[in-house]
Amino acid sequence: MEYVIILIGAVFVNNIVLSQFLGICPFLGVSNKVSTSWGMSGAVLFVMTIATTVTYLLHQYVLVPMGLDYLRTITFILVIAALVQMVEIILKKVSPPLYQALGVFLPLITTNCAVLGVAILALGMEDASLLKAVFFAFSSSIGFALALIVFASIREYLELADIPKGMKGVPINLLVAGLLSLAFLGFAGLV
Amino acid sequence: MANTLDHKQNFLKGIIKENPVFVMLLGMCPTLGVTSSAFNGLGMGVATLFVLLMSNIVVSLIKTQVPNKVRIPAFIIIIASFVTIVEMVLEAFIPFLYEQLGIFIPLIVVNCLILGRAESFASKNNLLASIVDALGMGVGFVIALTALGAAREILGNGSIFEFKFVSEDASTFILFILPPGAFIALAYLAVVFNKMTQKTA
Repeated sequence: MEYVIILIGAVFVNNIVLSQFLGICPFLGVSNKVSTSWGMSGAVLFVMTIATTVTYLLHQYVLVPMGLDYLRTITFILVIAALVQMVEIILKKVSPPLYQALGVFLPLITTNCAVLGVAILALGMEDASLLKAVFFAFSSSIGFALALIVFASIREYLELADIPKGMKGVPINLLVAGLLSLAFLGFAGLV
Repeated sequence: MANTLDHKQNFLKGIIKENPVFVMLLGMCPTLGVTSSAFNGLGMGVATLFVLLMSNIVVSLIKTQVPNKVRIPAFIIIIASFVTIVEMVLEAFIPFLYEQLGIFIPLIVVNCLILGRAESFASKNNLLASIVDALGMGVGFVIALTALGAAREILGNGSIFEFKFVSEDASTFILFILPPGAFIALAYLAVVFNKMTQKTA
């Protein structure tokens, strides 16, 4: 039951993109086609889950016992950057089709604040265990995927819409994101 | 070599022509995440300005020492060190702001604006030009965040910098301090900014 609450909380109530504002860059940047947004979502799901596992263990068994808590930001960003490289190399060797699908998105993920943000948020959960932290990261990336894919689908329709001149491009996308966020606000209080 | 006129243009481009928020759409996460009041926007802007300035200075000083292949990780470590300093200083001296900004302080590390300037400007230019560039971009960022924070605070709370100018029981657009308001307010600010810059151009 606890895990169901984490899942619903991370996907709908505290969606990382629409209510926590993490990962806005890829959200606005790679959402012009539905197919690319699937690729990006897959890459984020993959990296976010692995990164949180590693950073959680590192924090729990290395940084905290040694009293190096203040180095959290530096170590986490390095671990994430190294991890993304490693995932890229392993995928290329082990599963070329998956690499083909996710390849271009992997380097972009290093500077995706959602990955670092979720790794830090997972440490702050109440009575967190490794399993809970990893499940939280997994649920958050599902939330990211949901927001990104819905947004990309709407943007494909916008291509054909007749939009006032001043609103074209960035402003109309931000407005759509705002309305989506408003819709997700309706889930508040669900958990 | 660069003269004073160049420096002036270099400074101004960050504020108007290449404004990081309204034009280049860099650093959107903190822009949307912390601007529920003008004070938070200003605080985040100044913290980012400091990190941007220091990282531009260091990157421009060591640019010839760092091998090309490892430059990005090196830049990230430099940025992360300054972010850690900011984090500790805020926690010690301005705990109120530290609470308010929360997770967005460590996330200054992944603000694409800072890495972007380190990579595309400071690693190619001399110290003075890099400082001017960081100040211009940083001030542009501060202005954008403060403007967005002020707009949201005025509409959502009827106050500016905590100074309330409507009566206590007046109803305000609470929507604007909630998450959707961030997107909507930024959308309209971007329209206004585009209109203004087109006129002067």
